[in-house]
Amino acid sequence: MPVVDLKPKTPLDNMVLLTIGTVTFAEIDAGPLTSVSPYLGQAGNLSDALKSAHGMTLPGPNRATGKDGARAIWFGRDQALLIGPAPHNTLAKHAALTDQTDAWATTTLTGAQATDVLARLTPLDLRDAHFKRGHTARSDLMHMNASITRLGTDTFMIMVFRSMAQTLLHDIQTAMEGVAARG
Amino acid sequence: MRLPCPICGERDIREFYYQGAAVALDRPDPEASADAWQDYVYLRDNRPGPLREMWHHDSGCSAWLVVTRNTLTHEVLGAELAIDVKGARA
Repeated sequence: MPVVDLKPKTPLDNMVLLTIGTVTFAEIDAGPLTSVSPYLGQAGNLSDALKSAHGMTLPGPNRATGKDGARAIWFGRDQALLIGPAPHNTLAKHAALTDQTDAWATTTLTGAQATDVLARLTPLDLRDAHFKRGHTARSDLMHMNASITRLGTDTFMIMVFRSMAQTLLHDIQTAMEGVAARG
Repeated sequence: MRLPCPICGERDIREFYYQGAAVALDRPDPEASADAWQDYVYLRDNRPGPLREMWHHDSGCSAWLVVTRNTLTHEVLGAELAIDVKGARA
């Protein structure tokens, strides 16, 4: 039997790298995604375990910790998402861990007008003073549940359910064209 | 309208789902009388003024909230986590 070299298919098929005006939208491969839900009263111990295993603390509401390659973002009530490293065994003592790698489309939106593009799609207050680097939120993005994280002054990470990936692309592209048309 | 989620902070109403008056927190015992269940399922006072309501922060933190809202003015008087109101059930 011939050996077939199978390539994983990402939610947007690795194809998206869209630049319109000053803004660029791209799918990224962030590595394994794991939801981390601390057991009752275990948040402190989990934070210590995360710190020693992966170098970041457990993020509080609306916050992200860690850095590129090993990041944890707040992902809902009593839940964080570990992005990058496969979860260390020690975490399982304090939290329920679930692999989410294939469940989410992970993208970035970069550029001086990235905030203007997002402002057309989400009710979040994205002003610099309110939504700073290292801040994250679960919110709406054109009726989709989304996770939006500010990675830098002009860079956002946007995650939606994998099944919504094409809708995300459509909505982001439409908003990018609208912003670019208005200059 | 914006609701002050105790976890996420003040958020736009688009992120929330409305369930109704906060009667679900006072569900009768399964063995309670038919009258008690009739009250619980069908009867509402529906008085104008401050009302305690259940809202679900469905595209935010997924918490159930008890929001106090004045139905005459739409003024939002506060919000607390339903789990804090009802007590955590482990």
